[in-house]
Amino acid sequence: MEVVSPIREKLITGNKSYHDVTVDICRHVEDEPTKEWKIAFGVSLLVLAYGSFWLGKTWWEGLGVWGLNKTVNWAWDITNFVWWVGIGHAGTLISAVLLLFRQKWRTSINRAAEAMTIFAVLCAASFILMHMGRPWLAYWALPLPNTFGSLWVNFNSPLIWDVFAISTYFSVSLLFWFIGMVPDLATIRDRATGVRKTIYGALSLGWTGGARSWERYEDLSLILAGLATPLVLSVHTIVSFDFATSVIPGWHTTIFPPYFVAGAIFSGFAMVQNLMLFTRVVYKLEDYITLEHIGLMNKIILVTGSVVGVAYITEFFIAAYSGVQYERYAFFNRATGPLWWSYAAMMSCNVLSPQIFWFKKMRENIVVSFVIAVIVNIGMWFERFVIIVTSLHRDYLPSSWTYFTPRMGDIGDYLFSFGFFFTLFFLFTKFLPVINMAEVKAVMRSSSEMKEEPKKVTV
Amino acid sequence: MENTKKRYWKGIEELKNDINVVKNADREFNIDNMEGGEPTHRRDFLKVLGFGMAAVTLASCDVGAPVRKTIPYLNKPLDVEPGIANYYSSTFVDGSDVCSVLVKTREGRPVKIEGNKLSGITGGGTSARAQASVLSLYDNEKLKTPVKGEKAIDWKSLDKEIKAALSSSKNVAIVSNTITSPTAKAVIADFTAKYAGKHITYDANSMSAIREANETSFGSAVIPGYRFDKAEVIVGINCDFLGTWISPVEFSKQWATTRRLSSAKDGRRSMSRHYQFETGMTITGAAADYRSSVKPSQEGLLLANLYNMVAKKMGGTTISAAKIEIAYLDKCATDLVAANGKAIVVSATNNVAIQNLVNAINGLLGSVGSTIDFTTPYMIGEGNDTEMNRFVTDLNGGIYDAVIFMSNPIYDHPESSKIAQGLKKTKVSISLSDRINETAALCQYTAATSHYLENWGDAELKKGYYSLIQPTITHIYDTRQAEASLLTWTGVSDDYQAYLKKNWNSNILNGGKSWVQSLHDGVYEAAPSEGSSSAVFTGNVSSAAAAVGAVKSDGIELHVFENVTIGTGSQANNPWLQETPDPISKVTWENTAAISQITANKLEIAQGDIIKITLQGAEIELPVMVQPGQAHDTISVALGYGRTAAGKAGNVGVNVFPMVSTVNGNLSYWKTGAKVTKTNSGYTLAQTQTHETVMGRQAVVQESILSEYVKNVQAGRFMPKIATSEGPTRPYSISLWNGHDKKNHSWGMVIDLNTCTGCSNCLVSCQSENNVAVVGKKEVARAREMHWIRLDRYYSSDADITDTWSVGGLSAMEQASDSPEVVIQPMMCQHCSNAPCETVCPVLATTHSSEGLNQMTYNRCIGTRYCANNCPYKVRRFNWWKYFENDEFDFNMNNELGRMVLNPDVTVRSRGVIEKCSMCVQRIQLGKLEAKKERRRPVDGEIETACSQSCPTGAITFGDMLDPESRVSQMLEVEREGRAFHVLEEINVQPQLNYLTKIRNKDKADAKWQFVHTDEGNAGAHKDEEPKAHS
Repeated sequence: MEVVSPIREKLITGNKSYHDVTVDICRHVEDEPTKEWKIAFGVSLLVLAYGSFWLGKTWWEGLGVWGLNKTVNWAWDITNFVWWVGIGHAGTLISAVLLLFRQKWRTSINRAAEAMTIFAVLCAASFILMHMGRPWLAYWALPLPNTFGSLWVNFNSPLIWDVFAISTYFSVSLLFWFIGMVPDLATIRDRATGVRKTIYGALSLGWTGGARSWERYEDLSLILAGLATPLVLSVHTIVSFDFATSVIPGWHTTIFPPYFVAGAIFSGFAMVQNLMLFTRVVYKLEDYITLEHIGLMNKIILVTGSVVGVAYITEFFIAAYSGVQYERYAFFNRATGPLWWSYAAMMSCNVLSPQIFWFKKMRENIVVSFVIAVIVNIGMWFERFVIIVTSLHRDYLPSSWTYFTPRMGDIGDYLFSFGFFFTLFFLFTKFLPVINMAEVKAVMRSSSEMKEEPKKVTV
Repeated sequence: MENTKKRYWKGIEELKNDINVVKNADREFNIDNMEGGEPTHRRDFLKVLGFGMAAVTLASCDVGAPVRKTIPYLNKPLDVEPGIANYYSSTFVDGSDVCSVLVKTREGRPVKIEGNKLSGITGGGTSARAQASVLSLYDNEKLKTPVKGEKAIDWKSLDKEIKAALSSSKNVAIVSNTITSPTAKAVIADFTAKYAGKHITYDANSMSAIREANETSFGSAVIPGYRFDKAEVIVGINCDFLGTWISPVEFSKQWATTRRLSSAKDGRRSMSRHYQFETGMTITGAAADYRSSVKPSQEGLLLANLYNMVAKKMGGTTISAAKIEIAYLDKCATDLVAANGKAIVVSATNNVAIQNLVNAINGLLGSVGSTIDFTTPYMIGEGNDTEMNRFVTDLNGGIYDAVIFMSNPIYDHPESSKIAQGLKKTKVSISLSDRINETAALCQYTAATSHYLENWGDAELKKGYYSLIQPTITHIYDTRQAEASLLTWTGVSDDYQAYLKKNWNSNILNGGKSWVQSLHDGVYEAAPSEGSSSAVFTGNVSSAAAAVGAVKSDGIELHVFENVTIGTGSQANNPWLQETPDPISKVTWENTAAISQITANKLEIAQGDIIKITLQGAEIELPVMVQPGQAHDTISVALGYGRTAAGKAGNVGVNVFPMVSTVNGNLSYWKTGAKVTKTNSGYTLAQTQTHETVMGRQAVVQESILSEYVKNVQAGRFMPKIATSEGPTRPYSISLWNGHDKKNHSWGMVIDLNTCTGCSNCLVSCQSENNVAVVGKKEVARAREMHWIRLDRYYSSDADITDTWSVGGLSAMEQASDSPEVVIQPMMCQHCSNAPCETVCPVLATTHSSEGLNQMTYNRCIGTRYCANNCPYKVRRFNWWKYFENDEFDFNMNNELGRMVLNPDVTVRSRGVIEKCSMCVQRIQLGKLEAKKERRRPVDGEIETACSQSCPTGAITFGDMLDPESRVSQMLEVEREGRAFHVLEEINVQPQLNYLTKIRNKDKADAKWQFVHTDEGNAGAHKDEEPKAHS
């Protein structure tokens, strides 16, 4: 099945044969780690070590190491949580939704995006644990049978919904990622020797590559895609309920579910963009992750960025229109209060900066794409910070109004999540196939058409 | 206590590294020859196992703590039942601070101070300082033994040496603050008789000019009784009578009776009118109807002008005085005259001319005999500045061989350096104090005194109003009360208890009441029969006016005052008091240079700057506090800070006693000509509230003026409407929730904003009752104080509160008025019926009780803090750290002695959990059990929360809203359609706490608060509907 479009560039360039693909992807798994990888991994480990020091301090001494206070009881912790969950969304969207929509261009990036999802969700989960006053009792948030009689969790609490949403999301994503990897793991197994053969053999679950295996594989992928698709919408919807169901002006907003989902896809694509641009260069995968891919990603960033922009404006309109003085003040305060700079950062990073992608030249410029993706992620971090902190620090009773100043604990624990994420990601790029070989092969020309030909449509 | 050191080694052998111990160090049970020197024998296995089990069981009773000796009573004391509290009446005395109290003891240790309802003075109210005093008992920085030089000495040798020294001394001086105790006075009289000694009294907050002026004005050098309850017009001039002056608990109670309103059909619809002219903003000024700021230098002229205005209106002769423009002064004069004798003018300024003018005005108005009562004078403020100054001179002249200090003049007297010099010329110097304080450090001997809760004693705050002190715990350390020391040195006896009893029986009780009964009641009040309540003003007004006319002002005036919490600094080492925010500035743990915005602009300084103030050759550096309502060109600084030998908690802030000067023989607490230079900036004050105004939020504080209230009892009420498909409705008529079934009780409160003064008694009382942690200055600056009840203070703003559409409008609303109206609102958990915190807790750690309480289960809390975020009132507090047994928080919960103050009925919260007001659920539970034992329902008033029990004005009323007889029910019955409101009604959380609107007795034209929601339409619409909730 060759996918060629009269208007599209080829998805995989460089006239690769199937074998070339196998070699290109497996090389990184099989060879000694490159110098670049070693440096990157080393830096990640250092960041992780420093972050772990602060994490330990936070757990040992208490949440006082953060900058929170009696009025602002959540700040960087939940900002980071929502930010990481949001980032994870792109993975699911790319692998599940785009699979259902038969978007073939996704094949080059879905593996890394899914891996990113899993690591991002782990980072998010670490903040759930971290933000608890008594993290050693975190299991109390699970509806486990217990010795306390009918002591149960509070099913009214959005935090419990979060527990379910995030754990479901994590399980499905992990399954999806792993199942998708089985044929590729089998490829590596077939090429490997010794202990590696045993390990990859075990991981590839006895994959034979027979027609029946492929059929089941395709079916399972489709089923998991079907399961994961509602999760793309539900997870961030439920995360947004943490805020939307509260009574705090600036949180109590019905627009949150779609707004959060759009924001999640926005930041997730930006993160995928960053990671792919990085991997592409380090692993010399320019033929697999082409400018076409980059351009398409940027289009989604542009669309979702504009969607959140509309949401920001809608919030302001509703605040004014509602006639509720607290609501009105909350938004007035966002834009002009003591934390105005975070609002300004959010608006310029999220709404203004992606507008540059109206121009094709910019969309396909690697440096611009990378920089804008970084800016978008900064902006999306600020979005969550703005929502959480500017709403809390000045709510109903002016007597309790305070300001929020981060302390080293906030910064250290945030760095921990970066160290954790990149350590995992670099381990992934070293030991697992970063590109879905099997699916990439499916979107390539067959060997019978190796010669360079003009574009044409074949069905 | 003595055993503390033993815990660190198992025996003396181990300490000395005995060879056997070293040899057996690896054996768990270092016991030789359990069975013939063999290692554990088969047969011993069960024995050892049994021992192990028993040890573990014992240890588990007290997790983490070493096993201590617990010895059961051989003969159980009659009164001590484990788990049952005993109450003893006593009296809190700290210098001129006197308050009858009940002391709650548990298992023999005092844990809480309560008001004594039998006291005719307080009626059961207390002050923040009285509440906090129980913590000072457990201050581990106090002296543990008497001290000679720097070494401990035993009492026998001390007494011997001192007696010998005293008998060879020619002139002996006893220096003290006012002694309110008649028996202690007798002891001192005995002592001075024996040693030909002299008793010199001074007060850090001197009132000697009042006595002096009353001598010239009325012929008696006393401080008369004041009856604010009888006044219709109250005028205070630099006089914080609700906070610190003379008898603030009593005055608050009296003042409140004139401010209480009722919306019942024939309810009280009138109230006193209170004018306050003052330099710094005090709680009295905040509570006043009309407040003007005046510079201290203007005070005399203000009084002279007021005199003239009153005299003119009454047809009397005026005196010559320069005209002065003070806002509301003319109105004040008109009201004073119209009150027809039911008026009172008071000033706290320690200046004879000013006090003479006050007396003249009171005399003119006919207040003397009506609101000023010379039959029951106050027995405090007996300090005589002239005598004290003479003493300082004499001391330096080497006249005194021996000096005994019962106070701390090296810290709290402006001539401290001279006293320190003079002390070198004495042969023997003795300090009677509970710690090596600033004065004791310079004395040869310190006879360690005990805390009042360990003492016998008495007090007479007002003539004829006696109050007893009885010990509620045996001496914690090897200390002795000052009276007993003096008695011993006199050689009479050393049994002060017997002396006290004898003195009472023969001189005080006179058969009026038995000693035992008096001890039980704690008070004995015999109204003096003799003497006329009236006195005629015979002073010279013109000379007083001339004296005040001569006062010059030159530049910035430094005004030194006493604040509500720390006072003159004697209880400075009390972390509860240090962390209690000043009710107005909300600053904790330090004193500040309060300055008006306009003056700050003029001097080019701002909040967060540190300034150096130079005056009288002395220099102090203080952080700037921009204070709305502060008189321009003045700086107010609180006394009581800057101690150097108070202890870990107390040595904070800056000492301003050196800035106190002497004018015409009396201490003067203000001086002009202060030079101000900025030395630093970027300092963060540890304030518990940083925002000044209420931002036009009428659902938060609701207030009106008396004339509106008389027309409509719902004046000032904010009645929001929610848009529904059936049109706008009251919020409570629509709900998502089914409500909670309250079958038995529905505990609730009514808080009267009209009578709350912000004295902060409730805050400390709550802290004491509920084991609320002290977090220290740094953490308060990070907005992490733990108080369960706070006193929100809002200033009015000059901005238009309806302009919520423009950036400028809302920013302007943040700025407090230069001369604001103030409202103080106690705020704690509102115990919402539809509690936002309850729905969001993932683990059901906060739930609703069947009695209307929002309860917090600390054990279940995992600390997500979602509840705190979702609390619209922001009353939930998170334990960011472990606040007990943590050297980072080295306050009372970090030492064994300090932890003795903890209430055993209330859990000490661990790190990582949320806490908040429980409406003193432990008290509710106790009251219910007591009633159940007697097979009856709890009676109203039987159960009181810590905040309501000792509120001096009765502003907080607690009770069962399902009991139709309860005060809460009855108040709500009449006020539900009147002044009662719920804070933030429109979010429909339906609190159990009700507030009553604040009504100011002010003319509409003068009211600064803007009433945008008092229109008739709203009130009318409300009547059509049944208010559903409120239950």
